[in-house]
Amino acid sequence: MQSDTTPTNQSSSKPVVTRRLDKFFTNLADVSAFVARFFREAVLPPYEFKEIIRQCYEVGYRSLLLISTTGFITGVVFTNQSRPSLSEFGATSWLPSLIAIAVVRALGPLVTALIASGKVGSSIGAELGSMNVTEQIDAMEVSGTNPFKFLVVSRVLATSVTIPVLTMYTIFLALLGAYLNVNQNEQTSFTSFFQEVFGAITYTDIFASLTKSVVFGFTIGMVGCYKGYHSSKGTEGVGKAANSSVVTAMFLVFIEELLSLQIISAIRGN
Amino acid sequence: MPFGETNHLLSLATSNTHKNNPSPDRQSASETEPIISIHGLKKSFGDLHVLRGIDLDVNRGENVVVLGRSGTGKSVLIKIIVGLLKPDTGRVMVLGQDVEQLRGQELDEFRQKVGFSFQSSALYDSMSIRENLEFPLIRNVRNLTQGEIDRAVEEALDDVGLSQTINQMPSELSGGQRKRIGIARTLMLKPEIMLYDEPTAGLDPITSIEINNLINEVKERFKATSIIITHDLTCAKTTGDRIAMLLDGRFERVGTFEEVFADSDERVQQFYNYNFIN
Repeated sequence: MQSDTTPTNQSSSKPVVTRRLDKFFTNLADVSAFVARFFREAVLPPYEFKEIIRQCYEVGYRSLLLISTTGFITGVVFTNQSRPSLSEFGATSWLPSLIAIAVVRALGPLVTALIASGKVGSSIGAELGSMNVTEQIDAMEVSGTNPFKFLVVSRVLATSVTIPVLTMYTIFLALLGAYLNVNQNEQTSFTSFFQEVFGAITYTDIFASLTKSVVFGFTIGMVGCYKGYHSSKGTEGVGKAANSSVVTAMFLVFIEELLSLQIISAIRGN
Repeated sequence: MPFGETNHLLSLATSNTHKNNPSPDRQSASETEPIISIHGLKKSFGDLHVLRGIDLDVNRGENVVVLGRSGTGKSVLIKIIVGLLKPDTGRVMVLGQDVEQLRGQELDEFRQKVGFSFQSSALYDSMSIRENLEFPLIRNVRNLTQGEIDRAVEEALDDVGLSQTINQMPSELSGGQRKRIGIARTLMLKPEIMLYDEPTAGLDPITSIEINNLINEVKERFKATSIIITHDLTCAKTTGDRIAMLLDGRFERVGTFEEVFADSDERVQQFYNYNFIN
C-alpha cells in the first residue's frame, strides 16, 4: 500500500505532453506489475479457497436476476428484429440457426460481460476503494494477512470462473426467449427449434465462447480490483474507482471481443 | 470498563504465532530494555520533507505519546514502524529486528506482535463484529476449534464492555464503540507492541476518557509497549509515560508531560494553551 499513500511529485515546469506521457507509462507499469503480482500470488500457497467460493457465490448471486432478465429479453428482441429481414427472402425457417450462431458466438458472452462489468465490476471497485479509503486494507496487512491474495486474487479468480458459467446461463435463457417468440409466430416445436440450434453451432463455437468469457471475467475482476486497490483517498476516490471500473472494463471487453473475432476467424480459416 | 480474567486463548495465540521467534518473558524483562529503536529516520513525499531525522528509543512496557500538529508525519512514523511505509534513510529496529529488511512470512510474523489501532478503526465493513474479531485468530492461529474462537471473541468483547454488539455490523456502532472494537480486534493476538493512531480523534470527552482508560488497562494487563499518536493533551497526559513532541520533522522535546510543557518555546506553549485554555 505504500504507493497509495505516497503523494506524487509532479513538477510544474514539465511540458504537459511529457507529463501525460510520463503518467501513461507509469500507469502502464503499475498495471503490468499488478497483473504480474496476481499470477505470482495465485500460484503460491496459501490458497484462499473459502474466500474464492464466497466470491463466486457473490458474483453469481449478485448478477443472476439481471442476467436472467437481460438474456431472455435479448433472445426475444433479437428474434423479433431478425424476422422481417429473413421473411423478405422467405427464410424464416433459418431463424433458429441464425439466433443460435449470434447468441452463442457473440451476444451471450458480450451481454453477460457488459452486465457483469456494470454490476460486479463497479461493486468490486467501490468495495475495495472504500476499504482502501478507510484503511481496512492496511489493517488486513498489519494483522498478518496478505490483502492482495485475500481480496484481489480471490475476486479475480471468482469472476474468471463465474462469468463463463453465467454466459452459458445467458445463452440458454436467450435461446429460450427466442424459442418462445419463434413458437408463437412460426409454430415451431421445442424439439425442432433446438435441433436447428444444435445443428448450427459447433464445439469450436462453444469452446471459443467459454474461452472468451474467461478472458472477460478476468478483465472485469482485474479492472475492478486495480481501480479499487489504487483509489485515491476520500469518498470521491471511491466513486471514481467504481465509475472507472465500469467504463474501463466495458471498453476492454469490446476491444477483446474485436480481437477474439479475428483470432477465431483465423482458427476457422474464414 | 471491565477487564476479565487472563484469556488462555490469547496465550495460545501468542505461543502459536511467536513460536518461531520466542520473545523473552515480559514479566521478568527489564523495564528499561529498548523495544523500539529509531535512528536518523527521514521520510519525504516528493518535495515535502515530513520526517527530517527522527531518533527515539522506546523501552519495554512504556507508553510513549507522540504529539504534533496535523500533517507533521506522526502517522507516517508509526506506519514506518509497522512496515507499511519505507523510510528514505535511517534505521528502525523493533523487537530486535530491522523492519526494512523483513519480507514475506517474516514480516507477517513480526506484524502479529505489533498491534495497530487505526484512526478510522478500520473495521471490515462487510463482516459482523464477531467476524471482525475472529479474523486475526482464524488467519494466524492454527488448530483452534470453533468453541475456542467463540470464547476468545466473547471474552475480548467483554473486556471492552461491548458484548451486546457481537452480531451487529460495524455501520451500526458509534465512533467510540468502533474504536473499542478496533482495539479489541488488535488485542486478539496479544501483541507486544501497540500503536495507536489518534485514538480519541472525533470522540466526545466522556468516550475519550473511556478510550484513555482502555489504553492504560491494555498496558497493565498485557504489559504492552505503546506508541500513541495524538494531538489531544488530555490523552497524552493520561496515557503517556513520556511525551515526544514532533516539531519541524524532528523530536525537539522528549520527556515527561511536565518536562515537555515547562519549555518556553512558543510552539510548545501554543500547543498547551490551545488544549487547556481554549
